[in-house]
Amino acid sequence: MSGAAVTAEPSGMAALGSTPPLCRYALRLGDLALILGQRLGEWVGHAPVLEEDLGLANIALDLIGQARLLLTYAGEVEDRGRSEDDLAFLREQGEYLNPTLVEQPNGDFGETIVRQVLIDAFQLTLYERLTSSADERIAEVAAKAVKETRYHLRYSSSWLVRLGDGTPESRARVQSSLQRLWRYTAELFEEDDLDREMAARGIAPRLAEVRSAWSACIDEILVEATLERPPDAPYSWFGKRGEHGEHLGYILTEMQYLPRAYPGARW
Amino acid sequence: MSMLTDPKGEAAAAVSREWPLYEVFIRARGGLDHKHVGSLHATDARMAIEHARDLYTRRQEGVSIWVARSSDIAASDPEEAEALFEPARDKVYRHPTFYDIPDEVKTL
Repeated sequence: MSGAAVTAEPSGMAALGSTPPLCRYALRLGDLALILGQRLGEWVGHAPVLEEDLGLANIALDLIGQARLLLTYAGEVEDRGRSEDDLAFLREQGEYLNPTLVEQPNGDFGETIVRQVLIDAFQLTLYERLTSSADERIAEVAAKAVKETRYHLRYSSSWLVRLGDGTPESRARVQSSLQRLWRYTAELFEEDDLDREMAARGIAPRLAEVRSAWSACIDEILVEATLERPPDAPYSWFGKRGEHGEHLGYILTEMQYLPRAYPGARW
Repeated sequence: MSMLTDPKGEAAAAVSREWPLYEVFIRARGGLDHKHVGSLHATDARMAIEHARDLYTRRQEGVSIWVARSSDIAASDPEEAEALFEPARDKVYRHPTFYDIPDEVKTL
C-alpha cells in the first residue's frame, strides 16, 4: 500500500474530505483504541495462561471504553446524527483512521507484547499532553485514559523485560517481533495537515515533542529488556489517513458482521 | 486453558510445574484489614500483583493488594484438628456472653 502509487481513492475517503477536522482527529484517537481493543480481544480464550487471558481482556476493555468516548464525541462534532455504534460498526474500511501498527496481527504472545509496548508508550506520551488540550472533551477523555494507559504500559513493559531478558528463545522471538513492527512506528509521529491544524489550535501537541518523549520511554524499556532498538526506516503506511493494508478488512469483517446482519441488535 | 485447545492439559501441567502459586489478600477500604480472596499463578511477586489486580479488583473490590508465595505460608495440619481445636469447645467461659452483667454496670 504505497501511498504514492495509489491513484484511486480508497472507499470512504471522499466522504472524509467534508468531515470537520476535530471529528477526524477524534476518529484517529478513537479508531486506534477500537482496532487495538478488537485485536487484543482475539486473545480471549487463547492466551498462554488464564491469568494473561484476563490481563489482555482487561486492557482490551479499557481501550474499547476509550473508543466509545472518542467515537461518541466524533459523532457529535460531525453532527450528522451518527452514534458511537454507527461509527464503530457501519463505516467502510477507508474511513477508519487508526495507525497501521494497531491492525498488525497478534502473532505469538511476545509479538502482541511488543506491539503493545510500542503503542502503550505512544498513547501514554500523547494522552499526558492531551490532558491540557484546548478542547475540553478531549482533555477529559485523556485524563481518564492516561491512568488506564499507565497501567497498560506497566503490564506490557514488564512482560517485554521478562521475555527480552529471559531465555535465548524468548529474547530471539521478541527481538525479531521488534524488528518486524518497528517500521510501523514512524507513521505515529508523521505530522500531516490535520495534526498541524490540531496543534495550531492547541487541541493536540506537536508530534515531534511526543516522539522524543516516546523515544526516551522506549529506550529505557529496551535497555532493561536487553533488546536492540532497530534503525528507523523509510515507510509507506498511511492507516491514519484511511489507507489500510490487507489486515484491517479481516478485522472489520468479524467486528461488523453482527451489527450489519442484525441492524439495531441489542443485548 | 480449555480441553479443546489443549487436549492433554499440557499447558496446565507446564504452569503448575513452572509458575509458583501465590495467595492474594485484598484490603477493601482504608482502615479494614487485608482479607484472603484466592490464589493465582505468577512468575514473581510483581506479576502476581498485576494478575491480582486484573483478577480480583475488576469491580473496585480493593485499594491495596498483598501477595505471598503459597509455599511460604505455614499451615496447621488437618490431621491435628482434634488436638488443636476441640479442647476449646467446652470452655464456654472464654466467651464474654458467658458472664451475667450486673444491672448496675451501665457501660461495658
